[in-house]
Amino acid sequence: MLGLDTVGRYVELMKRTFSKPDNWKMFWRQLPKEMEKLGIDSIGIIVLISIFMGAIMTMQTVLNTENPLLPRYSTGLVLRDTMLLEFASSIMSLLLAGKVGSNIASEIGSMRITEQIDALEIMGVNSANYLILPKVIGLVLCMPLLVTFSVFCGLIGGTGVAYFTDLIPVADFIYGIQYAFIPYYFTYSIIKSLFFGFIIASISAFYGYYAYGGALNVGRASTNAVVNSSIVILLMNIVLTQLLLV
Amino acid sequence: MIEVKHLNKSFDGKQVLYDISATFRHGAVNQIIGKSGSGKTVLMKSIIGLFKAESGEVLYDGRNLLDMSKREIKLLRREVGMLFQGSALFDSMSVIENVMYPLQMFSDMSKIDVEKRAKFCLERVNLQTHAYHLMPGEISGGMQKRVAIARAISLNPKYLFCDEPNSGLDPVTSLVIDKLIEDITQEFNITTIINTHDMNSIMETGANIILINKGHKGWEGSKEGIFTDDNQALNDFVFASELYKKVKLASQK
Repeated sequence: MLGLDTVGRYVELMKRTFSKPDNWKMFWRQLPKEMEKLGIDSIGIIVLISIFMGAIMTMQTVLNTENPLLPRYSTGLVLRDTMLLEFASSIMSLLLAGKVGSNIASEIGSMRITEQIDALEIMGVNSANYLILPKVIGLVLCMPLLVTFSVFCGLIGGTGVAYFTDLIPVADFIYGIQYAFIPYYFTYSIIKSLFFGFIIASISAFYGYYAYGGALNVGRASTNAVVNSSIVILLMNIVLTQLLLV
Repeated sequence: MIEVKHLNKSFDGKQVLYDISATFRHGAVNQIIGKSGSGKTVLMKSIIGLFKAESGEVLYDGRNLLDMSKREIKLLRREVGMLFQGSALFDSMSVIENVMYPLQMFSDMSKIDVEKRAKFCLERVNLQTHAYHLMPGEISGGMQKRVAIARAISLNPKYLFCDEPNSGLDPVTSLVIDKLIEDITQEFNITTIINTHDMNSIMETGANIILINKGHKGWEGSKEGIFTDDNQALNDFVFASELYKKVKLASQK
């Protein structure tokens, strides 16, 4: 019953969020700020993690597939498809749920407990729409960019390993990256990331919006936001893979 | 004028307000007073509509809040200004942006006029110009209250609500804020409701006072009657302080 109640309140909040903004000018002013805060400011960490993960995955693949029957270029192919199919969209979304999700939940939660949301309501502003809509749309719009960065940085990391070590020749690795490329995998990754962006922003905003009490509860709301958006991302990943790939 | 008739409010089956009826006069400072936990904030939030009352009427110049559609409530709220206990300034905006926000949101004024109006409101609450571009976290509690008042009056409200405007302020700053609210009420001819348990504030500005005691209306009157009325609930509230016991004894001699 508690779960149903939560889902009901989430749907109700989304209904209020996805209504016509009170003032379009304010919405368009807010949107780029949110895109910068949630998306552009996340590029650094995405780049860093993707490069290292690409490098590590390349090393692990080479070391664990020392089989004369497997062509040497398979390392590049494995890395490319892993980055495209899972890492750049799903794993990066889980990381973003931690970074961006906690940011959204704590920001909105702090506004709730300091009565800033009440102040908006008193002014006649649809607070859910004003606060949440630019965040959801901003993050969803940034997700394809982040996924693309992640894929390329992962491949750069792998290429770096090939270049700086003698684990695999660079030419074989590059050939593997290009071999039997299926463009739809990229589309699949982008579609998934759009869903995940929506999940991260909306669920985190939900927990922040309904925070109550003091600082301790804002922290709790932030934790709940990260945990629950991660769980929903994992479940949604299965559903989307079934629908788009199987 | 705001009238409340037979208002009842409960949370999860626990009754908090019992059959409250009161009239808040136009152009005057009306006060809701009572001990902490007596239900005065719930009453104020029920009058504004942040809490939905179970039964009764809240009449804004004859318009019943409880019968209004969401759209009508939204329009009504543009006639309302509110000063929150913790000021509730938007901490991502500077002082002047806080005051400009309602104007940008709901008026058709040009950018220059919005800024002019915001500066007028900030000047009206006597805020020094150097503070206009500071963030709320960089100014004192008293200044934050002034900015919150400026924001509340920026759209020329008909009704002004103040939830414990003196909380966290020293006695001198409290008096300044009280005087400011009283002056603004008379100058802009608005209906002001203050929620307080600060006796200094009550004695300064209480033209029309309603005492809430354990969710019931315990007493209604003005500051002149505070020390002379025999109402038990009122005496329990006012004379809890030794100071005011002495004031009463002195006045009887």
